[in-house]
Amino acid sequence: MSNRFRFILIGSILTFASAFAGLVLLPVWGLGNFEQVPDPETGEMIPPLLTNQEQRGLQVYVKNGCIYCHSQQVHPERARTDIARGWGSRRTVAHDYMNQGRAQLGTMRTGPDLSNIGVRNPSSTWHLLHLYDPQTTSPGSIMPPFRFLFEEQEIGEAGPSPDALSIPEGFAPPAGREVVPTAEVLDLVAYLQSLRLSEYEVPEAAAARIESVIE
Amino acid sequence: MTASDFTKTEGLSASPAEQREMLQRRLEIDRAARWPVGIFLGSSILWLVLGSLLALAASIKMHDPEFLANNPWLTFGRVRPAHLNVVAYGWLSTAGIGIGLWILSRLCGVAIEEYRSLALAALLWNVGNVVGTWGILRGDSTAVEWLEYPTYAAPFLLLSFTFVMMTAFSIMRRRRPGHIYISQFYIMAGFIWLPALFFTAHGLLVLFPVQAPAQPPINWWYAHNVLGLWFTPIALGAVYYLIPKIIGKPIHSYYLSIIGFWSLAFFYAWNGMHHLIGGPYPAFLITASVVASVMMFIPVVTVAINHHFTMIGHFKDLKYSPTLRFVVFGAMSYTLVSFQGSLSAIRELNYITHFTHYTIAHAHLGAYAFASMVFFGAIYYIMPRLLEREWPSRGLIRVHFWGSAIGITIYFVMLSWGGLLQGIELNLKETPFMEIVEATIPYLKWRSVGGSLMTIGHLAFMVSFVWMVIDRRNRGSEPTLFANRKPGDTKTAP
Repeated sequence: MSNRFRFILIGSILTFASAFAGLVLLPVWGLGNFEQVPDPETGEMIPPLLTNQEQRGLQVYVKNGCIYCHSQQVHPERARTDIARGWGSRRTVAHDYMNQGRAQLGTMRTGPDLSNIGVRNPSSTWHLLHLYDPQTTSPGSIMPPFRFLFEEQEIGEAGPSPDALSIPEGFAPPAGREVVPTAEVLDLVAYLQSLRLSEYEVPEAAAARIESVIE
Repeated sequence: MTASDFTKTEGLSASPAEQREMLQRRLEIDRAARWPVGIFLGSSILWLVLGSLLALAASIKMHDPEFLANNPWLTFGRVRPAHLNVVAYGWLSTAGIGIGLWILSRLCGVAIEEYRSLALAALLWNVGNVVGTWGILRGDSTAVEWLEYPTYAAPFLLLSFTFVMMTAFSIMRRRRPGHIYISQFYIMAGFIWLPALFFTAHGLLVLFPVQAPAQPPINWWYAHNVLGLWFTPIALGAVYYLIPKIIGKPIHSYYLSIIGFWSLAFFYAWNGMHHLIGGPYPAFLITASVVASVMMFIPVVTVAINHHFTMIGHFKDLKYSPTLRFVVFGAMSYTLVSFQGSLSAIRELNYITHFTHYTIAHAHLGAYAFASMVFFGAIYYIMPRLLEREWPSRGLIRVHFWGSAIGITIYFVMLSWGGLLQGIELNLKETPFMEIVEATIPYLKWRSVGGSLMTIGHLAFMVSFVWMVIDRRNRGSEPTLFANRKPGDTKTAP
């Protein structure tokens, strides 16, 4: 192995290692060890950990690729109109995400931001209808329907199931049939309802309102 | 390659005996590479076609959400990552490994000895891609962008790449004494960087995930650098090899090419955090990548000078040589996509373009108009040498070139424009969100048009490849060019 070949090897490894230290190790050390803190008013530990159902819901969110159209990050007013659009009361900070098993910050806003969808739209009925067919609640939407997360069945002799969706005219299944949500979609809705990333008074929240300290 | 090196390696000043020896050596190199490199290149084309079909499905879904909506395997949120991973690992990486090893072997002047382990590597690499794609579609996607293949696909890919690296090192170690050409720098470095990137990112994001707030920086460091430290070095290495080979002239400046390599190695690795501008991260972290991204002007300008100045005086060769036409299209796109990328990393512009289709158009300018076009050109150059046969039809090559070139132009122009409008409107709080969605739909339809043309090109490419492999009678002694050479025109290799 000649010196020139060794020079290429060592050089490529060193340049790579410098970036690895700055952009991988530094974030892991500086942003990978957040802990829950007591809420300054109520003393409850925040941000709350996801329940088992919400964790399963996050998995449904992950496997069906919601991230490819929806972001989960509220940006400061200086940069964008997120706050004016009602997507959050303040920008999100790194601490807000500590309870999420897998960060779903996203890079596209083909659909609206979901950081605080649990605040903006707490109704599970709305979410179920919207997931069954987005046109029922948001005409003109290009979000795909997630009918495969529901089951269409005959209405039994005991009458309609208490879980059956009340679907508007034009979207409803044929007479005598009903649509009931699967466990998967109920988990997903529970997760969406839990999304309130800007709502907790983590230590960095006050600075986030001033917005000059961090990005 | 300096002018005198070029004269030497091309045998321009060699005696007839030396020339015979050189040609004999090339024959041996190509015969040793035939199976392993051939499997990598052939399977990459199948992945290209599959990736195009997944892309078309995803594209149509964006303006027609009822299209294939009832099968969970084909929902948008699975088809889209399946497309990305299939083209990134199935098409670009598979082709990149084959092209990189062949060029390395040719430039080092030694044959691949490890063809058995390399054929096994090709098999494992394809198994990894099949398993990964199946995993995404069945619902095991990780939703870590650019790393959606589930963990059970990773061992196949890593094991395969270990064999690839061992082969690359063995070729470099056995190389004939003399000068190391710039393509060898790029390709060797790419073969080191990809496994390092993949191992780190898959480990810290999927296998043993770090806490969620630390994931996106690592994610975007990986996603940007798989382009910058893997596809880019292989493609630039190929351009540096192919342009001088075809037009028969050394590159413009060897010293510039070295500056270009080391500045790319240093600055590109620090890119990525600019994908998080405005996000929940410290400003210094993001600024580091903004600076590195703007500093990319240095390697880009040096490479642009070298590629385009070398071409001066030889543009008429574009009329004949398919390889040259694809490669020069790719080299020009590299200059364009890099300038665009540096500009988009600047905060004020990023506030408009982030989160919009503009970024998707930019990604395709890089991965398709640059990297894929260069790889197409390289495959058109390599396959006749591996098989000792010529491409069967110039018409099919023409369909491929124009399908790809017109397709990506429509794709890029329309989607960038739509993305800009989307970004401007998103920043006006008076514009209701649904109006923005509706305003982008015409541009999304244009994307399906561009994508269809590209897919037609890829189908022509696949037919051409299969035809070439199975038609044993075809032993054409003349390269397949776009047009027959007129007497007096410069002699042009395919």
